[in-house]
Amino acid sequence: MGIYSVIGKNLQEVEDSLRHGRSGIVFDPLRKAMGFRSALTGMVERPHLKGVLDRRLRIGLPVQGEYAYISTLEALKHAGIEQSYLDANEVGILFGNDSSALSVVESVDILRQKKDTMMIGSGYIFQSMNSTVSMNLSVIFRLRGVNFTLSGACASGSHAIGIGYLLIKQGLQDIIICGGAQEINPESTASFDALNAFSVRESEPTKASRPFDRDRDGLVPSGGAATVIIESYESAMKRGATIYGEVIGYGFSSNGEHISMPNVEGPVRAMEKAIRDAGIRSEEIDYINAHATSTPAGDRNEASSIDLVFGSSKPLVSSTKSMTGHEMWMGGASEVIYSTLMMNHGFVAPNINLENPDDVSEKLNIATETTSREINAFLSNSFGFGGTNSSLIIRKA
Amino acid sequence: MQNDEIIRKINQLLIDEIEIEESQIYPAADLKKDLGIDSLDFVDLFVIVENNFGFKMKAEEMAGVKSLQDFYSYIIHRINPN
Repeated sequence: MGIYSVIGKNLQEVEDSLRHGRSGIVFDPLRKAMGFRSALTGMVERPHLKGVLDRRLRIGLPVQGEYAYISTLEALKHAGIEQSYLDANEVGILFGNDSSALSVVESVDILRQKKDTMMIGSGYIFQSMNSTVSMNLSVIFRLRGVNFTLSGACASGSHAIGIGYLLIKQGLQDIIICGGAQEINPESTASFDALNAFSVRESEPTKASRPFDRDRDGLVPSGGAATVIIESYESAMKRGATIYGEVIGYGFSSNGEHISMPNVEGPVRAMEKAIRDAGIRSEEIDYINAHATSTPAGDRNEASSIDLVFGSSKPLVSSTKSMTGHEMWMGGASEVIYSTLMMNHGFVAPNINLENPDDVSEKLNIATETTSREINAFLSNSFGFGGTNSSLIIRKA
Repeated sequence: MQNDEIIRKINQLLIDEIEIEESQIYPAADLKKDLGIDSLDFVDLFVIVENNFGFKMKAEEMAGVKSLQDFYSYIIHRINPN
């Protein structure tokens, strides 16, 4: 696993933030000056790759590709995979990414100013496609297996792991570098801000993302990159790899209704499908990492969904978005990492800022403080625009 | 701009913008084989030349440009045609 997020730039920093309920949300004055309704965002510094990657490998990388390069370097090291192994074996890549807005804006700005496409240069085309992360990383790490990007809105990273799991289960690949990446810049979130979906609690940035709280007023956009290397059990054994978790269930569904308004039935089907695929009982899930983004309708519907599926066993639930904000295309992958860290270190990270549950979230067993807990299996939810839903179940190895 | 000044400027741009090692730069160097300038780098050279010398390179005029000396001569000719 490897992570580059607003609550830490590596696994150790992130684990520490999760334990201490540390928020990565800030007020960004640039957004206010640009005319944003909300200037709140997760923020992480841009990696410095000059001198690390040569120019040709670097100039096609957009900012989320830079984050993903760093998270993938850490993941490969964590998995004990060196470049020589990648050169000698067929390793794939599946990343979740659903925009590369800044690159598109910058290249079109050049065209509008110079009125000559030749002045755009050679890097922007490779930065501006949705598949930018998988295409760049496959070249940087010289990968020769499956290679594409999944765009499934805010469930992209989760679907990437789910599809990778299915390919490995089918015996079509032994190792796949999966993950999710999300750019952080005003250009990529301006049209989202226009939907009145972001929290405007600007006076208290670290308290703005408050999933399941009665007084939540919207999500806080965020980003970074997360890389999860998944491989067949046989491959892991052969390599002598440390196994941090076993993907045992993937459930997906589509709401088939509204483009932005979530429902209850779709997530229920995704969670039940994941449980069936895992071949376990719902009581065996010890922890649920909720999708809950801090929007009034989304959290309410997810709480109802979780209560319908897990009402009898009431596992601990938390939304790490209370700390990270909504990592969108990256979130499904990063939240698997956050939860796997909790599983391997015996704790549940808090759903910070939950001061008063509402009438639905009070039915759930939400962790408001860091809680010592043995987790043998967890479920991670990710939902997105268009009603796409993904649920993953990971078991302790 | 004097010719030697143009050459110095080209060399510095190759170092700063295309990230070619200074030790690799000599007039007889083949742009592709010795300096590793590929078709994508040529696209960036169009941008670099216009931004720094104020004219647009023409692809058809670049067909015969193989060595760094050819490139110096081309730029010098465009700036000082006489």
